[in-house]
Amino acid sequence: MASSDVARQPDKNIRPLNLAGHVGFDSLPDQLVNKSIFQGFCFNILCIGETGIGKSTLMDTLFNTNFENFESSHFEPQVKLRAQTYDLHESNVRLRLTVVNTVGFGDQMNKQESYQPVVDYIDRQFESYLQEELKIKRSLHNYHDSRVHACLYFISPSGHSLKSLDLVTMKKLDSKVNIIPVIAKADTISKSELHKFKIKIMSELVSNGVQIYQFPIDDETVAKVNTSMNGHLPFAVVGSTEEVMLGNKMVKARQYPWGIVQVENESHCDFMKLREMLICVNMEDLREQTHTRHYELYRRCKLEEMGFKDTDPECKPVSLQETYEAKRQEFLLELQRREDEMRQMFVQRVKEKEAELKDAERELQSRFEQLKRLHADEKATLEDKKKALEDDQVSFSKRRAAAQLLQGQSLTANGKKDKDRKNSGFM
Amino acid sequence: MDRWEFNDCFCGSVESHRDVFVGKKLIPVLRVRGDKSHDSSYVGIDAILEQMRRKAMKQGFELNIMVVGQSGLGKSTLMNTLFKSKVSRKSVQPDPEERIPKTVEIKSISHDIEEKGVRMKLTVIDTPGFGDQINNENCWQPIMKFINDQYEAYLQEEINIDRKKRIPDSRVHCCIYFIPPTGHCLRPLDVEFMRRLSKVVNIVPVIAKADTLTLEERDFFKQTIREGLRANGIDVYPQKEFDEDAEDRLINDKIREMIPFAVVGSDQEYQVNGKRILGRKTKWGTIEVENISHCEFAYLRDLLIRTHMQNIKDITGSIHYETYRVRRLNESNHINSHSTEHPVLQPKTNGQIEMPAAPTHSNGVAIQHQVMTHEM
Repeated sequence: MASSDVARQPDKNIRPLNLAGHVGFDSLPDQLVNKSIFQGFCFNILCIGETGIGKSTLMDTLFNTNFENFESSHFEPQVKLRAQTYDLHESNVRLRLTVVNTVGFGDQMNKQESYQPVVDYIDRQFESYLQEELKIKRSLHNYHDSRVHACLYFISPSGHSLKSLDLVTMKKLDSKVNIIPVIAKADTISKSELHKFKIKIMSELVSNGVQIYQFPIDDETVAKVNTSMNGHLPFAVVGSTEEVMLGNKMVKARQYPWGIVQVENESHCDFMKLREMLICVNMEDLREQTHTRHYELYRRCKLEEMGFKDTDPECKPVSLQETYEAKRQEFLLELQRREDEMRQMFVQRVKEKEAELKDAERELQSRFEQLKRLHADEKATLEDKKKALEDDQVSFSKRRAAAQLLQGQSLTANGKKDKDRKNSGFM
Repeated sequence: MDRWEFNDCFCGSVESHRDVFVGKKLIPVLRVRGDKSHDSSYVGIDAILEQMRRKAMKQGFELNIMVVGQSGLGKSTLMNTLFKSKVSRKSVQPDPEERIPKTVEIKSISHDIEEKGVRMKLTVIDTPGFGDQINNENCWQPIMKFINDQYEAYLQEEINIDRKKRIPDSRVHCCIYFIPPTGHCLRPLDVEFMRRLSKVVNIVPVIAKADTLTLEERDFFKQTIREGLRANGIDVYPQKEFDEDAEDRLINDKIREMIPFAVVGSDQEYQVNGKRILGRKTKWGTIEVENISHCEFAYLRDLLIRTHMQNIKDITGSIHYETYRVRRLNESNHINSHSTEHPVLQPKTNGQIEMPAAPTHSNGVAIQHQVMTHEM
């Protein structure tokens, strides 16, 4: 019983004492329970399985309600996760249930990276809890715990063995989350095949070193039922939200031409066992394992990765704060350096650009000069021509004037002769 | 536990969703479809209560109570009476001399007690020497230091990389302060002590040896004490600001009307009316400890043990400890710039802290983390 640090072992400083009367602290568990009722509970289930294998239907059947679901397409390019949160009430218990479904798992042609989005999702939830825990001003008791408490892995009912995708995915997840494998659509397998199938699955898991969740057997009240259930893993389940009339009752069942498969009949499938184990008996243990084992592991790895250690190389305990301070200085220096670098680069670029522009300017200037000269030359030529033309004009007009004068004189002389001729003509 | 017994299952179909806003997300509220005629429609979510109870019983509980008061006020006797066994220091380490120590000492004794299957590790922390010297200035300092040391130990374990599954809780959950029955008002020592310590621990003041006061004197004394507490801004348990809802407030208001409890302690039994009861026998009569018309011991016991124990532990863990943690983590951020040993920051009792002007470091840890994670 690793969890009881309260001295069960005889401790020199702590002596067991007998009470002489009724003190009244036996109401402590009640006080604790009342506080929890007031706060409400939180439970997060992750369902991994191929599209169409019955994840949403099983969730509906398990919690006896109708979650909003819609069919997913088979053509998703990548595996995605869809999380939905619901508030469930039963008698005086409020449960905040988050159901996370994988979308498109097992549909791609290349399934090598299928497990990665799931691992990333789980890590993200751990990370946000770690962030909250490390904050200076934090509010852990108000924090909505989104870490995945249980992972239902749906195995398709081939009847032979696990697929390699299943093995790889479960291997990656077994140190991060409590895995409960279930055989989906168990009404397609006959009883004898089911028995062999279960044995095959368990042996494959063991030989590949996959650690699935074992129901705890250290508490006497539930040890017996848990041990027997551990032997029935993985549970072969059938889910159905439709009701069929059987005898004089309506039962949840699937109706076939050859018979009716009743979901809640223990001899038909293991659904009741799953419900009992998951919810009625071990929900608290699942949450505790997630917090004390998986989350602690994540936290330890993450902090070590960031370079924190509990002890110096000289084995002196190092305070987290000092290391933090040192890291922050380092980080700030790095930031400073990068900033300087960027600034230098900027200055250099500016210089280059300036040089370029100067060249261009010079070139333009020289062209301008050239054109100007050309222009001036042409202008000079034109001026000359104009001058020449004017000179011509002047000399022409002089000659014309002289010619006219001459003509005028000769006309007057001829004119008299003409007149005489004319006059004589008529006479 | 009979799992198939259910009292409050809802009949009929699913109620329409009354969606609830949590933060910014709308969360649909569904009722589990339970039908009384169907045994198996019962999902079993409320079985988690039983699971929790089982887990709590297996783990056991821890409680640390500190008693503070001048010598001779009956602290050890009261502890013995409360837990109906010899839990006090004097019973464990009988001191033949009964000397008064020169300075305040802190002595803690732990016991494993069990009742009806519930195991508890009870630690009683005694403070001999408090208020007994001639010059009592700063006699609260060793006590403050002890309380802060417990918080420090818890903090160190919590920020370890490799930490224990259950961090051993040695933080002082409750401090019972014994007021001598002068009948007048609070003394300066009382005021000083309670003022300082109410900010770091839950204080429950009691009037010791209340059999020296008549009922009228007792009421007058209580009223004066309450006024004195109010005038000095001392917030004793149950603190007004931590009431969770109206129901809580109602219950706590009734308790606040009765504080401080006038108690009488005794671990000797006498015959009264044919019954054997705890009491003090005098020439003029027998004072019955558990008779509420004689003294208020029963109320104190009910408050501390039967009804509010979990609440006391919660307030210590989530408010006092968090206040200490905030202050401590901020302190180490200012290690280079501040030269004071204990910063003059006095955290307000609601857990908020007066921040010095250093905005870049106010959430230093979180900022650091945000940059370093590869969050999508």
